Amino acid sequence: MTVTRKSKPFLTPIILVLVFLVFLSASLFAQETASGISVAPPANVVASDFNYDRGEQAEVRWKLSSDDNGSAGVIGYEIFRAGVGSEDFVSVGLALPGESYFLDKDVQKGVGYVYKVAALYSGGQSFSDVSNAVIPELEMINWNLLNLFIIGLLIAASVIYFISHAKKGRKLFIRKIAGLEAIDEAIGRATEMGRPILFIPGINDMDDVQTIAGITILGRVARMVADYDIKINMPVSRSIVMTTARETIKEAYAGAGRPDAYNDDMVRYVTDEQFGYVAAVDGIMVREKPATCFYLGAFFAESLILAETGNSIGAIQIAGTAQPAQLPFFVAACDYTLIGEELFAASAYLSNEPKQLGSLKGQDIGKSLAMIIIIIGVISATISRAWGGSFFIWLSEFVNKISTIQN
Amino acid sequence: MKRQVPLLITFTVGAVLILSTFFPPVETMGEDFSLYFDIIAVFAFFLGGGNLIRVNSDAIAKKKKGWGFSMVTMAGFFIMLAAGLLKLWNPGGIRGDVAGTGSMFQLLYDWIFNPLGATMYALLAFYVASASYRAFRAKNRDATILLVAAFIILLGRTPLGVYATSWIPESFSILQIPNLAIWIMSSPNLAGQRAIMIGIALGVVSMSLRLILGVERTYLGVDSE
Repeated sequence: MTVTRKSKPFLTPIILVLVFLVFLSASLFAQETASGISVAPPANVVASDFNYDRGEQAEVRWKLSSDDNGSAGVIGYEIFRAGVGSEDFVSVGLALPGESYFLDKDVQKGVGYVYKVAALYSGGQSFSDVSNAVIPELEMINWNLLNLFIIGLLIAASVIYFISHAKKGRKLFIRKIAGLEAIDEAIGRATEMGRPILFIPGINDMDDVQTIAGITILGRVARMVADYDIKINMPVSRSIVMTTARETIKEAYAGAGRPDAYNDDMVRYVTDEQFGYVAAVDGIMVREKPATCFYLGAFFAESLILAETGNSIGAIQIAGTAQPAQLPFFVAACDYTLIGEELFAASAYLSNEPKQLGSLKGQDIGKSLAMIIIIIGVISATISRAWGGSFFIWLSEFVNKISTIQN
Repeated sequence: MKRQVPLLITFTVGAVLILSTFFPPVETMGEDFSLYFDIIAVFAFFLGGGNLIRVNSDAIAKKKKGWGFSMVTMAGFFIMLAAGLLKLWNPGGIRGDVAGTGSMFQLLYDWIFNPLGATMYALLAFYVASASYRAFRAKNRDATILLVAAFIILLGRTPLGVYATSWIPESFSILQIPNLAIWIMSSPNLAGQRAIMIGIALGVVSMSLRLILGVERTYLGVDSE
């Protein structure tokens, strides 16, 4: 007897369907694992008024999501804001993973707000509870800057004291500044050679104090130029600097009793563009070969290009800027360099007026104050680190506090 | 009157800008004054442009020395002005963005203006070499210190500097050239820079006070009261 196995025609398709479903569910499950796992929301969201402002900023702080641990779970935070009593939350900003602070700069004084923070993950957002209400308020005084205010007041008081002291005719000792002593020599050289003087007031506008310092020195230089009857050439990169410089030179010529010798073409506008200006000034130097070049004001990458071109034509060069990064270039390429504060002291120094010299003396008080703070800070920090001692720790922290400016 | 009005303006603006730092209610006034400056600067721009045209057209008309450069300046000025104002070749027409892709203004900017600026900037590399050559000559004690410091820093930032002193034991690692270079930059160099910064800050305070109080009047063309 032959036994034959009965075939099951439906079994194979059913198995295939089952296998397909298993694969399908596995792939769907895998997709959910990659993108759909929720993360814990941030907690303890606290909103507060930003201190010492016009009531236009509010701070939001929160406790990080417990899944914000450096893994790929939390990819950031989104901050939402609504008016008190409203459920209409709008997004006001984002924060990176690990950040638990946000400054909302778009709020109105006297209006109440609430916040909530969402932890962002690849599949969505996980919202915190709503924060406390905050009402931004206007503060009259920025107490964060009290240290700056007191230090500024001390320096200003010493400057004013020495100005009034000098007014009474008391003699003040001011050290010689080589770069300023050389101005006479430089202008004299231009006179002897019959060549012009080139004056560059930097590439910033009149809202930069360095440009103002340059223009005040221009007043003194122009007076000597007018006295010696030589030519001054001043290409500028800002229109307002052009008009101010013209007025300054015009007044200097009038002061020297030679108003008719003044010519508007002494100062000319070239371009606002940094390297276009450099190209024009370099061309003027090479063509006109000035005997003396002054670079007094705010300079950036163009400083060395200008100074080296001036050096190549054999001009006496006097430079001065308050850009620390450009000072080495000027020192290397120029004959004399006014370093930082010397640029600001120049006009007072050249005027030889007691009142102006008094302000320089007041500046020295500020320098002494800085030196004392630095010495006390260094000693107290060194002793507290090496041997401890509560007094030195307190002193070191105190010095650190008074010399740190908070916003 | 000619002197008193500018002095009064200087005093008011200076005082308000100082107060706005410490008193939040005055902050808006400080911002307004900065805005006034921008408005004045816009009007002054026409003065600058007018001066550029006048000086260069005069040089061309009188065939002064270097008048060819004035021709190039004038051509550049007017071509750029026309390309910007009339929005020539602008894909969006007269209503499109002045700097739209393919516009004449943008093409001139990308293919002429930018490369010329970059060329001037590139000159800096050659000037650094020539200035360094002069600055680093050991003419006296100060220049020698500068030379030695520069040599250590340059060497410390190359693989040769690491290789040359890698044999020095870890306990004397400060003597390894890369560490010496870091120490020079972070201690003596930084201390010097900070000293200059403090001096600058004090100089700015002193000069600002002179201007605000009317002690410094050179910019008005007068030395004293």
